[in-house]
Amino acid sequence: MGNYIKDRKVDEDDWMPFTGLEEDASLPSGNIYVPLDEWLKTRDHLLARNDRLGVALKNTDDPALLEKDLDRLDLIVLEFPKMADGRAFTQARILRERLGFKGEIRATGDVLQDQLFYMQRCGINAFEIRDDQDIPSSLKAFDEMTVTYQPASDEKFPIWRRES
Amino acid sequence: MYQYSEQDHQLLLERVEQFRGQVERRLNGQLSEEEFKHQRLRNGVYLQLHAYMLRVAIPYGLLSSEQMRTLAHVARKYDKGYGHFSTRQNIQYNWPKLKDVPDILDDLAKVEMHAIQTSGNCIRNTTSDPLAGVSRDELEDPRPYCELIRQWSTFHPEFNFLPRKFKIAVSGATHDRAAVAIHDIGLRLIANEDGETGFEVHVGGGLGRTPMIGKVIRSFLSKEHMLTYLEAILRVYNKLGRRDNIYKARIKILVHETGEEEFRKLVEDEWEKIKESGLGLRDQDIDWIKGFFKDPDYEDLPDSDADYENLLLSNPEFARWADKNIELHKQSGYRIVYLSLKTAHQPPGDVTADQMDAIADLADRYSLGQIRTTHRQNLVLSDVKVQDLPALWEELKLLELATPNYNHVTDIISCPGLDYCALATARSIPISQAITERFDSYDFINDLGDLSINISGCINACGHHHVANIGILGVNKKGIEVYQMTLGGSAREDASIGKIIGPAFTADEIVGAVGDVLSVYLDKREDPEEPFLTTYRRIGEAPFKEKLYG
Repeated sequence: MGNYIKDRKVDEDDWMPFTGLEEDASLPSGNIYVPLDEWLKTRDHLLARNDRLGVALKNTDDPALLEKDLDRLDLIVLEFPKMADGRAFTQARILRERLGFKGEIRATGDVLQDQLFYMQRCGINAFEIRDDQDIPSSLKAFDEMTVTYQPASDEKFPIWRRES
Repeated sequence: MYQYSEQDHQLLLERVEQFRGQVERRLNGQLSEEEFKHQRLRNGVYLQLHAYMLRVAIPYGLLSSEQMRTLAHVARKYDKGYGHFSTRQNIQYNWPKLKDVPDILDDLAKVEMHAIQTSGNCIRNTTSDPLAGVSRDELEDPRPYCELIRQWSTFHPEFNFLPRKFKIAVSGATHDRAAVAIHDIGLRLIANEDGETGFEVHVGGGLGRTPMIGKVIRSFLSKEHMLTYLEAILRVYNKLGRRDNIYKARIKILVHETGEEEFRKLVEDEWEKIKESGLGLRDQDIDWIKGFFKDPDYEDLPDSDADYENLLLSNPEFARWADKNIELHKQSGYRIVYLSLKTAHQPPGDVTADQMDAIADLADRYSLGQIRTTHRQNLVLSDVKVQDLPALWEELKLLELATPNYNHVTDIISCPGLDYCALATARSIPISQAITERFDSYDFINDLGDLSINISGCINACGHHHVANIGILGVNKKGIEVYQMTLGGSAREDASIGKIIGPAFTADEIVGAVGDVLSVYLDKREDPEEPFLTTYRRIGEAPFKEKLYG
């Protein structure tokens, strides 16, 4: 792989996507994440396991549906189906700032180095960088800009209200 | 004028370096044109018919003389010696080379200018009243709020990949010179019953294929809540705005399809959750930003001057110019002067590098070193002493910037059209020049009074034809450029969308058609004081139709 960045470092992805859990099927082991609709249906079943759990949101899903489950989840996967589709930026901020999610928020899909600065400001801390992207320059992209004007997940106040 | 902090400078420099890297990746093939497009557009670089185009922001239309000189330098060094002032307080260069753009941005950064978010599906340059701070009909100066919006919207991490572009305008006067009703968000400073000033919030205005006047979704918003409310609107739009069809992606369609009531509820629900956040404006924040826009030290002067009054009586040419291109100032002894960029020799809004340098010098000598740009593609010297008007006029005449036509028939808004633009389907500049040549007689212009003609070269409506008293839209019909006419539009406080009057005209016919419309007006107006729009609204389209097609 080699295209998974977490907390600004290339890392080993130990999560597996999982779908299609039947009521009486045996539970998979390892860290898995499931789509939101499956989570809402098989939540209790999945929580019976000891391994870690995550949920993948479509960018039209309402993150507030996970509000009561967030302390049981370690990963929320967001999708950027096209670079130009920025709905998941809002989902990320809602999860971090409003719902207080502390686990991993991961960007998947059309994740290019030029978006990383914005994604991290919205509270996304893990990235499945698109295969063709250069990893060393992607790692640098987090610090290309150091000045931020507005509050987001990383700043409570706008620039004019911060202690200088 | 807002003065950049160290951090503001730092941000510009970092952005230039970032863009330099993106251009390098494009030029050495690491970035495809498709992927580069998203990057360059967020920095004002379009790929047009013949070349790249660079759009530089002029925040709320305010320029120092030093900045104007840099714009001249850019025109001279990197372009063909001129620039084009747009309807949204930007300047466009039509011939830069891509490899030069990072250097251009470097030069601009030195005078606190940039091309950040002047294109792309993000929050664009916030525009305002070109007479902000000096007009007599102003309740409160809108520029401090524009500057706060500029900072809040610059590289906003959540709203940089919106469904579509997003334009905000702020006005603080009785007369709307910022066209707030046709913006995605228009803010109008008003006073409530207790005398507190705040904002009337208009959402969902816009032109293009589906022209709409914005809806007032909040009749009064306290100033402390300005940014939290904007954030709530943008969040609702980012979540729910359509992304399946580029022509239905603007917020006006969301407001329309959701319904005004439901949309208001969505915004207010979101706002309830963030109104107490760190984005709220405290009194000291507002005082801090207002400190940058204090009145200059005006001299204590009588409101008239003997030499000026004498010249008005003795020189009819001067009197015409004074009548059309000068407005009263809130300060006694000062006037606001419009520099008309509308002659038959230059495309509307175009200014040469030499003119820019000369304008910068005039601003230094006569107008406290500042220049403003207007929605109607003209320039303004906002603080001219009455006693200096004769000398200023002489110099403006030599520069061909003294055409007495402000807000009159030859003060035409025109998009660049098929001469430059990759989207255009018809030429617009030659039509505007033909109309100007045809009606270029002062007596006729004067007789017609307050009147607007706007021309767009395609349905995207960058020439704002929908909101002109007489709008002209160029389209391509089976390989031939034809021109549709709309009547009755207005971009002011009485905003309205013009109505298509009938079948389109050819390029040869359109100027005559405008002449016919004008002759109906002259014939039907109640008295010489009744403006075109009032007559049109009173008598309706029938007499015009009859004349044009009967």
